[in-house]
Amino acid sequence: MTKIFETPLYPYTRHADQAAKTPVRRKVVVIGAGPIGLAAAIDLAQQGIEAIIVDENDKVSFGSRAICFAKRPLEILDRLGCGDPMVDKGVVWNLGKVFFDERKVYEFNLLPEGGHKRPAFINLQQYYFEQYLVNRARELEREGAPIEIRGGNKVIELKDQGDHVDLTIDTPEGAYQLEADWVIACDGAASPTRQMMGLDFVGRVFEDNFLIADVIMDAPFPTERWFWFDPPFNKGQSALLHKQPDGVWRIDLQLGWDIDKEEEKKPEKVIPRLKAMLGEDVQFELEWVSIYTFQCRRMEKFRHGRVLFAGDSAHQVSPFGARGANSGLQDTDNLCWKLKLVMDGKAPESLLDSYDDERIYGADENILNSSRSTDFITPKSDMSHLLRDAVLDLSEHYEFARPLVNSGRLSVPCTYDQSPLNSLDKLDGPARTRPGSPCPDAPLGDGYLLDQLGDQFTLLIINADAPEELEVDGIKIKRLALSSADDSTNAIKERYLGKATQAVYLIRPDQHVAARHKTFDQDYFTTALRRAIGKSA
Amino acid sequence: MSEHLNLKPNIANADDFYADLLAAHKGLSKDESDAYNARLLLILANHIGDRKVLREALEAAKSKT
Repeated sequence: MTKIFETPLYPYTRHADQAAKTPVRRKVVVIGAGPIGLAAAIDLAQQGIEAIIVDENDKVSFGSRAICFAKRPLEILDRLGCGDPMVDKGVVWNLGKVFFDERKVYEFNLLPEGGHKRPAFINLQQYYFEQYLVNRARELEREGAPIEIRGGNKVIELKDQGDHVDLTIDTPEGAYQLEADWVIACDGAASPTRQMMGLDFVGRVFEDNFLIADVIMDAPFPTERWFWFDPPFNKGQSALLHKQPDGVWRIDLQLGWDIDKEEEKKPEKVIPRLKAMLGEDVQFELEWVSIYTFQCRRMEKFRHGRVLFAGDSAHQVSPFGARGANSGLQDTDNLCWKLKLVMDGKAPESLLDSYDDERIYGADENILNSSRSTDFITPKSDMSHLLRDAVLDLSEHYEFARPLVNSGRLSVPCTYDQSPLNSLDKLDGPARTRPGSPCPDAPLGDGYLLDQLGDQFTLLIINADAPEELEVDGIKIKRLALSSADDSTNAIKERYLGKATQAVYLIRPDQHVAARHKTFDQDYFTTALRRAIGKSA
Repeated sequence: MSEHLNLKPNIANADDFYADLLAAHKGLSKDESDAYNARLLLILANHIGDRKVLREALEAAKSKT
């Protein structure tokens, strides 16, 4: 059977733009049809903005690659109209076990809070993730939305002309010129766009290699995340076992620095390693093997004029904590509504600088966490090794040491505390919903709160009075009025009111809180909206 | 009421503390690191003060494997 990642999903076909006498001007060109590029284009197109994805290949990701998708990105996918196929196919997990040498030292349960539509995590191969995004893009295309995927289209030159970007795109039938009002570069950690623009990408290199294998097996391992420090089958190193859909298991084995990568990738080297781990009797088949090294680094700025970088092209983290694809989806979630307002002429171009402010803050948080995890997993000095092993020893017997064990701090969305788009908090409410926070979900009627928020500014009114219609500077604000009667589980009270009896929230199109107040104060909310779209208030 | 050794999590941001601890050792030789650890434990022991708690800590730190 041909695997999904062997099937060309967007093969090259000739486009009329290639024959145009003068270069055709497009609204947004997205470079790269990976998870982040697809999400960006879907986000824009479903709001009516033309988005052309160009990618030099024509297939989804080869091998599982990114496999852990966290709750916040799943909520973003709901807004993009494709959360269901991901969650239906994905493997939900909550339990993690940590082993040290031959002993299980402890286990943890992510214990997700109740009253959320989406689970804390699913595991899903990146090729499925991309396939479902491609399906969604095709669905939008059929509905007449301005979205297109051009496979076999490789950008070989680009120049920011100030009011647009000139692109030269190579194809199997030769190169053509195209113009774009805006470009979003989602072309991965090795970003050719970044290189063509001569931009730096500096940070810390970790001198280590990890063998990564997708193994198809019928084995009695439970649906849990198992992490080994210094196991007997990989002495002095670490190992990770994770379940994916279709009976595919993901195995990561740390190999150390001085190895022959080509040699280590050969089945005759890989299979004995896996047998030592899984047991001699377990029957398995190798689907994919790769060796990766990693770096933690980011661009100094993600916005360069009319070219905006998102995902791995802008920032790279170690894989521990699942902060790569998950943070990339938060990039485009943050960017696309701002770009739409700027393109519609409703917000100043400087609004896009807040994409830098907010997502660089997010990237730094991710880099800090994933660097710390990496330092714990692969200690760099004798003393950090000694301290690490002491923590693991103690964690078996004493609860106090368990928060110190760091096998990856799993991705959670960041709160944009310092964002210039936030207004002063005027509610004595819960800290988790202060301005800058991503809105926590809650049951609402037969559904969930987050399904009612997003894509546009929303005034969330709880037990308070507010006008039926609100429009500021040509921006219509959606109204969502709730009362305690709508909140049978008390989750909205707990998450949005706290000690307060009533509240009014201004929620951004990316479901982050911009402002909140005890009552509807016209001046406060008018100013808050203006501030949230980058206008000096 | 007599105090017992607290073996429940008690550090507000454990990752920050651990990063500080590693940073304190950065650039030190093995001997310097060992000496640093010795000074650190004496400082922490003095802060605790209570002999009973210290005896419990000395016991808890013994190798179990």
